Amino acid sequence: METAAPMTDAPMTDVAGPVDTVDVRAVNKRENRTLYKKREKIHPRKARGAFRKFKWFVMAVTLTIYYVTPWLRWDRGANAPDQAVLVDLPGRRFYFFFIELWPQEVYYITGLLILAAMALFLTATTVGRAWCGYSCPQTVWTDLFIAVERLIEGDRNARIRLDKAPMSAGKIAKRTVKHAIWLAIGVLTGGAWVFYFADAPTLLGQLVEFDAPFAAWLWIGILTAFTYVFGGFMREQVCTYMCPWPRIQAALGDEETLIVNYDRARGEPRGAYRRGASWEGRGDCIDCNQCVAVCPMGIDIRDGLQLECISCALCIDACNDVMDKIGRPRNLISYGSIAAADARARGETPKFRWIRGRTIIYSAMMLLVGAVMLYALLTRESLGLSVLHDRNPLYTPLSDGSVRNGYTLKISNKTHDGRNFVLTLDGPAGATAMRVGGDTAGAAPHFPVGPDQIASFRVFVTVPAGALTDESAALTMILSDPGSGTRAVEETSFRGPAK
Amino acid sequence: MTDNRHVDDVTGVETTGHEWDGIRELNMPLPRWWVWTFYVCIVWAIGYWIAMPSWPLVSDYTRGLLGYSQRATVAAEIAAAKSAQAQYLDRIAANDLSTIRDTPALLEFALAGGRSAFAVNCVQCHGSGGAGAPGFPNLNDDAWLWGGSLDAIHTTLRHGIRASDPETRINQMPAFVRDGLITRTQANDAVEYVLKISGQDADAVAAGRGKAVFSAQCASCHGADARGQHDLGAPNLTDAIWLYGGDRHALQQTLIAGRGGVMPAWQGILDPRTLKMLAVYVHSLGGGE
Repeated sequence: METAAPMTDAPMTDVAGPVDTVDVRAVNKRENRTLYKKREKIHPRKARGAFRKFKWFVMAVTLTIYYVTPWLRWDRGANAPDQAVLVDLPGRRFYFFFIELWPQEVYYITGLLILAAMALFLTATTVGRAWCGYSCPQTVWTDLFIAVERLIEGDRNARIRLDKAPMSAGKIAKRTVKHAIWLAIGVLTGGAWVFYFADAPTLLGQLVEFDAPFAAWLWIGILTAFTYVFGGFMREQVCTYMCPWPRIQAALGDEETLIVNYDRARGEPRGAYRRGASWEGRGDCIDCNQCVAVCPMGIDIRDGLQLECISCALCIDACNDVMDKIGRPRNLISYGSIAAADARARGETPKFRWIRGRTIIYSAMMLLVGAVMLYALLTRESLGLSVLHDRNPLYTPLSDGSVRNGYTLKISNKTHDGRNFVLTLDGPAGATAMRVGGDTAGAAPHFPVGPDQIASFRVFVTVPAGALTDESAALTMILSDPGSGTRAVEETSFRGPAK
Repeated sequence: MTDNRHVDDVTGVETTGHEWDGIRELNMPLPRWWVWTFYVCIVWAIGYWIAMPSWPLVSDYTRGLLGYSQRATVAAEIAAAKSAQAQYLDRIAANDLSTIRDTPALLEFALAGGRSAFAVNCVQCHGSGGAGAPGFPNLNDDAWLWGGSLDAIHTTLRHGIRASDPETRINQMPAFVRDGLITRTQANDAVEYVLKISGQDADAVAAGRGKAVFSAQCASCHGADARGQHDLGAPNLTDAIWLYGGDRHALQQTLIAGRGGVMPAWQGILDPRTLKMLAVYVHSLGGGE
């Protein structure tokens, strides 16, 4: 394979003001790829501008949510944890503020995932890869790690110099501090993760006293390692090689989708610009490579739409900065759709169409799934009943000619208080129920179930001789809580000998 | 290899040289770390061969340096389970049946143990749900030939019925007609009487004659009121439960040829703790007295 020759230094651009041409090449340019390629380190330069500010803002919000959420408290009474968001794996409960889910209600999670997928589709089809550019954990933590690197080792040029410099006390010190901070961020990240799975203050106490369960240490270790490796070293490789999303999202976009776009018609032919020279017959791009220097993915946006582009728009910030300095209009690189670019090329004013078939369908699906979930949550029962009819024997004839059937009742008490349920029957005349190992015959059987528990009971239902007119009769079991009036009704059948 | 080199005209990228219906795959680069991960996996696999059992030989296999064996692991797990059960089994052995029934932990253990012993030893005759079959009693109902208390069930289990055990439960429903004890006509009259007292359609005149036959021949075991006796294993003839069928034809068969099934004596075959667990389990099926 041909090894790509390093791009020669760009010709010095002699312009007034502080626009300097950067000696940089897009390491992820297609021509630069070889088989079994060694990762070339990218040293993104710091960008300044609206999008950079927005990225800082999103980073602050998302990281705050992640690190702070486990520490929020939510009072649920004496018999339940008071952590607002808690995945209680041993107890098999998921607590989310006012919502408490049991394992058999995992469909709420499914609904949430569908909702999240639809939201992602909707964003992808309208504003493109906004998820990738601003809120994906890989982006956020990589950005944070680069910020740390910049703080310790300086901006792009200083970092390149440091990389090339021979080992010295100063270099070792800088590297040690940088990696220590990276690892500390990793530990915090892993730590925050395990706090979602246990009572956070208790677990923190255990961690401080080295008394925490092994699983906590293991997960902190795993997440520390992954945060450190993914944020410090893998960075853009995760997006380019590991993540399926860049491939999927290409199918979701259309010509109206916002992408980071270099205005080729306005920019070309590019070239160095000498101060005072005429802009006639040339493009606005002065080939200063600032857009490449700030790119965390190591691409050249002027090559057009690429899989690697996460639409973080830092190149827009960089280019606008340059355009301001050389006195040309902004947005040589800008957010825009392919349709808008075509319209501009035709000399028309581009119009962004928010309402399209795709956006309507995705919004409608989100509304539908959201409404179904809301309805299910609001009407969620605090009592669950399942009835299993004995299969063997299906029925037992008794000595007085009556027929008995056995059932297993599983009762879920989804409140935080113990309750004593009463069973009544609606079925063949004279049918009576008896709890095995419980009440004496005659009285309506009682079923005590502890707070937040499932209990299993055996019940015998007896129907007197002659009351059965057929081999099988419908039987309805009605379980109610005398205190609150909550009821659960379950249809089952009563079997007897063939007639 | 150079002969196979082919560069795609559109992209300028080398292809893999494979062609499917005119479509060639571009030879795109793999990242270096990926390749290294692949090599590490190979090294790991070689280490695994050395450390763990892996290669089959003609009559054996390479054992591996760590000496791991799934069979040994299973044996250790079975031993661990047995020792975990031991404390319960000791308590089953030490306590009487009613104590086991009234102690939730022991009851739970006995029901589980009884269920599995039942599934191995009893289902052949009594059915997997204990519902029985003609000639083999239903263990779920409330009618018991030899008594349905915990102790009575336990005794039946240990000594069996008409078994080889010296203390076995034994009785005899004679073959009245075949052995010439009564005539066929007397037998038919007695059958009508039994049909009448068990609430079925019967010939009233014949039943009147049959009452005398019953008092002379049957009442000694089944009782003057025909309600049977647990001590003698004599069934109640007035209820709705029939081991061999309660219709006219089945009752005539019973009087002509007699009846007498066999239940093995399980003492000596099953260990005493299992017999106790079985008694508790059978008692729990729904008919225990």
